[in-house]
Amino acid sequence: MNMPVAFPHPNTPGASRFPDHPVAGIAGTSFKHEHLHSILAEGRVDGFFEVHAENYMGAGGPPHAALTRIREQHPVSLHGVCMSIGGPQPLDRAHLARFKELVERYEPALVSEHLAWSTHTTTFFNDLLPLPYTDATLQRVAEHIDEVQEAIGRPILLENPSTYVLFAESTMSETDFIRTLVRRTGCGLLLDVNNVFVSAVNHGYSALGYLADFPLEHVGEIHLAGHAEQEDDEGELLLIDSHDGPVADAVWKLYEIVIGRRGPVPTLVEWDSAIPEWPVLKAEAAAAQAILDAHAHLSLNGQAHAG
Amino acid sequence: MPAEIPFGSRLGFASDFAAGLLDPRQAAPAAVRGPNGKAARKRYAVYRNNVTVSLIEALAATFPATRRITGDEFFRAMARFHVRKTPPCSPLLFEYGRDFPDFIAAYEFARPMSWLADVARIERAWLDAYHAADAAPLTPEALAAIPQERLAGTTFTPHPATRVVRSSYPAVTIFAANRADRPVERVEADTPEDALVSRPRLEVCVRRLPPGGAAFIAHLIAGEALGSAAEAAFAESAAFDLSANIAGMLEAGAFTAVGWENDHDGE
Repeated sequence: MNMPVAFPHPNTPGASRFPDHPVAGIAGTSFKHEHLHSILAEGRVDGFFEVHAENYMGAGGPPHAALTRIREQHPVSLHGVCMSIGGPQPLDRAHLARFKELVERYEPALVSEHLAWSTHTTTFFNDLLPLPYTDATLQRVAEHIDEVQEAIGRPILLENPSTYVLFAESTMSETDFIRTLVRRTGCGLLLDVNNVFVSAVNHGYSALGYLADFPLEHVGEIHLAGHAEQEDDEGELLLIDSHDGPVADAVWKLYEIVIGRRGPVPTLVEWDSAIPEWPVLKAEAAAAQAILDAHAHLSLNGQAHAG
Repeated sequence: MPAEIPFGSRLGFASDFAAGLLDPRQAAPAAVRGPNGKAARKRYAVYRNNVTVSLIEALAATFPATRRITGDEFFRAMARFHVRKTPPCSPLLFEYGRDFPDFIAAYEFARPMSWLADVARIERAWLDAYHAADAAPLTPEALAAIPQERLAGTTFTPHPATRVVRSSYPAVTIFAANRADRPVERVEADTPEDALVSRPRLEVCVRRLPPGGAAFIAHLIAGEALGSAAEAAFAESAAFDLSANIAGMLEAGAFTAVGWENDHDGE
């Protein structure tokens, strides 16, 4: 399969509430409410903003007012965190309905979710928890992705996880698991380069090897973020996907390699904790934009444009 | 839910993995490991820590005044007990913490701060008001247009954000002092205070209600007409001032529309 990720135009002509801001080839940042005034004060910022869907699932108030202002002027990426697609139990129908409502309301340029789970029985754990890679989990996750895509009427981008443990029962690699999901469901991929680096260090494999196996042609968005360092049971380095600091040099390097191969894919710098002043986050996005611009001559399959 | 997962389908990983996330006495699940068979005790603890700490952070974000009063260490210890006993059952974290004020009221170490649970109740109501549906508040003109003889039978539609929190302590003063972005001065108040929480537009307002005001607004929210709500307020406090309370509720944007008692067709 060599189909590039192509979203049908999400808006019915004439029914759109917002302008159609294209997201191709640009960098963006997490949208944090505390940055709203700085962003608006700048006038138009060149870039897109990503929001965690769950923060906008209230009925009204300042969150929706802020996101409406942002969406009027920028492309928005709707990033679901809590759908629990990777869990064995059925999806939460009420949550899926809320997600669909947000997709319809804000007409996001990008829609994504995680290869992870966060709810089991009735408890919500507020973390992206890992799953074994087996035929049984593959079948279940594929059903969940189908259900989400059917509900919202468009494909999602599925994000590769950062993990700290492996499951003894796994029978296939993460990249094989992800590639099969793409083939079965038609979903696209959100490649989190920091997650690749974190997992590679934590499990002692090569990040470049992982990227060589990853179906880059299906990647519709990239995430970059900072990580923290801890130790594992043997006192060796264990990286934590903390989103609380700047992107690491090694991750920038991997990112450049990915863009060189794939071409300029919309790229988001995530920063979710110890959130800095807006100019700091904006500078991280500008660094990503410089790499995208340097590869602007490449088409989205990584080939140089003719002529 | 779990019953829908066929027995023996090899999908039991989540039950095994979830079992120890909120219980530090449990060992790491047998199914997980590090690379090359390395141990996974500390690795699994990363997830346990993420879960617990992120939920404590969620409570800290919802209850900032409560945290400021108790200090961070006290708050986190108290929140940790609550998180482990009552984890969220919705992925919407702004819904979490509804049981936290009651938990605080029963928390042994918080007993000397008898008013703490009421401050937390105001903070919980604040967040509900923040996320409530948008609605235009009732205008003074709409109320002024009602003929005098129909006023007593007038009913009011509450704004989706409107909440009343009653306290036997000076909870509003303590709340306000600890939510403001400045040093907390000594709180001299020692009288009971009731709070009216509202959000006429995008800003959440917390007002201290005058005597009888809480009964008045609570009866109006319950759908009673102005006359009987005023009677209930007078019954509670002889100092109840009807016109001042009406002015206050308009200013707070606590209601959105008027109707008439026993007039289901509306006007």
